[in-house]
Amino acid sequence: MSYSDYLIRRAIQAIPVLFGLSVLIFTITRVIPGDPVRLAMGPDVADEQVDAFREEMGLNEPLHIQYVEWLSGVFQGQWGLSLRTGNNVLFDIITRLPATFELVLVALGFAIVLGIPFGVIAGTNKDHWQDHASRITALFGVSMPRFWVGILLQVVFVGMLGLMPLQGRIDGNPPPHTTGMYLIDSALALQWATFVDAATHIAMPAFALGLATLAQIMRLIRSDMIEEARKDYIMAARASGIPQNLIHYKYMLRNAFTSSLTVIGLAFGFLLGNAFLVETVFAWPGMARYGVQAIINQDFNAIVGVVIVVGFAYVVANFVVDVLYGTLDPRVRLRQGGE
Amino acid sequence: MSTDTTGATIDTDQLAKDERRERIKRAWSRLSQSTLSLVGFAMIGLLFIIAIFAPVIAPYPEDAAGAIDFSRASQAPSLEHPMGTDTEGRDILSRVIFGTRIALLMGFVVLSIAISIGVTLGLIAGYMGGKTNAVIMRITDIFLAIPPTLLALAVIAATRPSLWYAMIAIAASWWTWYARLIQGEVLSIKENEFIEASRSLGAGWFHITFREILPNAIGPITVKATLDMGFVILVGAGLAFLGLGAQEPTADWGLMIATGRAHVRTYWWIATFPGLAISFAVLGFNLVGDGLRDVLDVEVE
Repeated sequence: MSYSDYLIRRAIQAIPVLFGLSVLIFTITRVIPGDPVRLAMGPDVADEQVDAFREEMGLNEPLHIQYVEWLSGVFQGQWGLSLRTGNNVLFDIITRLPATFELVLVALGFAIVLGIPFGVIAGTNKDHWQDHASRITALFGVSMPRFWVGILLQVVFVGMLGLMPLQGRIDGNPPPHTTGMYLIDSALALQWATFVDAATHIAMPAFALGLATLAQIMRLIRSDMIEEARKDYIMAARASGIPQNLIHYKYMLRNAFTSSLTVIGLAFGFLLGNAFLVETVFAWPGMARYGVQAIINQDFNAIVGVVIVVGFAYVVANFVVDVLYGTLDPRVRLRQGGE
Repeated sequence: MSTDTTGATIDTDQLAKDERRERIKRAWSRLSQSTLSLVGFAMIGLLFIIAIFAPVIAPYPEDAAGAIDFSRASQAPSLEHPMGTDTEGRDILSRVIFGTRIALLMGFVVLSIAISIGVTLGLIAGYMGGKTNAVIMRITDIFLAIPPTLLALAVIAATRPSLWYAMIAIAASWWTWYARLIQGEVLSIKENEFIEASRSLGAGWFHITFREILPNAIGPITVKATLDMGFVILVGAGLAFLGLGAQEPTADWGLMIATGRAHVRTYWWIATFPGLAISFAVLGFNLVGDGLRDVLDVEVE
């Protein structure tokens, strides 16, 4: 079996997982006690109207019929109505997805861009002060609740220093819509004032969200660097007088980075999961906050939609990690292919 | 519990027991050389003492139960109220102290349920093999396909928000790792010669489960559960923060941060101190978990 066959098999394996996830979440949300439809329509609406609406949404059908109808709707882009917004859930999610995606990407980018050099520095100065400082930062980084870090940032930079905006995505007008991600859109439109506006808004939520991931990446790179440093080829490289930084960043980091990839892939999922809290703290108008609102209001179609999208993103992220893993490390490619 | 055999078996039982005791002794001596682990143990010990003696330690125990006094609302930290008071005039230090109980309760209840579910499913999957195994492991895959926080949120949507439902919801999304561990342990142990041997001596599945498989799994489970205590406290605080966990007037750290959130510009102390408490608790469990992992030499990721 070749490596590409292996990847195809992995991709096919993801289908039953997503299918099972949809059954699970669909069932959970349909057995909600109480009456979400009544909740959404308010106490002033007559019982007949509530019943009619319930009939219209197909809620009087048996569960399995409801599921089949929902599933066939999903493939036609009809994800059911949100009780709260009255829109097709797919529409609600698509309009909010770029905001969440932008936040997660900036958080991840920030964790990688800072985590890797800090990890290299800690690993190449084992047991010196740089290493101890990185250990303590990492310990606190993974122990602090991310939503609380967000609130602390608000306390310091908004309440005490008055330097940053409290919440939201932007103060002025949003840039012309291309990707829906304000940083990219404003850069494409060369609107630098808008870019700065968006950047100051995303800085604090992205930092709060990415801090724990930064810590994880930093520690992993550190331990892998220490392991690499013991190997013969590094000793040979040092003996041949190759500059220190070249050895660290070109030879050792490439090998050390491979194992960090798994963490980065998993981090994508963790970041999405934690975005639910961070978006709430910063009133970030993304999909995750929409999901939280859906849960609070028992907006069942919206809950199912959000969970499916996050599950899909999670599965895709893990798959991409697999592909990158094979690309960066030929041994993985050969091993999986050789099965 | 031993099998129907001669005195020789009892001797090997004793040997195994001695060996285990010896290993624990060695592990402890190595653990006690790691400063960070000892600090972690001290932190956890302190948490338990605070939780047990909360009514004695807390300066205003009635505030933890929700006594409201607007005449001393939103006071900054002072000698009288070292962490200040919240918008309803309750002493934050007292509520942080009582919050220790909720956090530890959360961790223990969630992990007890999750480990029970995981171990049971793992044993069933491993022993039955074939289709049962495949079904259970596919279900595990489904649960692994979304972040635990989100699954807990979705489960909570099906209930009324409360501390107990939050615990059940988190446990429902937390068992997968334990199921995988035990299933793997059963599968690998099935192949072992010593299992073959004990089977031929008439050992039943009960004996094999409790004398061979679980003792082998106890190390990884301990390490993972210690680290998970911290994560569960984090997730629980997050749910309470969103209003989907413990409800007012419970002295819950996450809930206290939620009240402080509205006042970040003015009353910084309301959200700050409960968050410090959470970080302290999580850090303690992480330090001990990391130490145990190094000493017992188990992989838990």
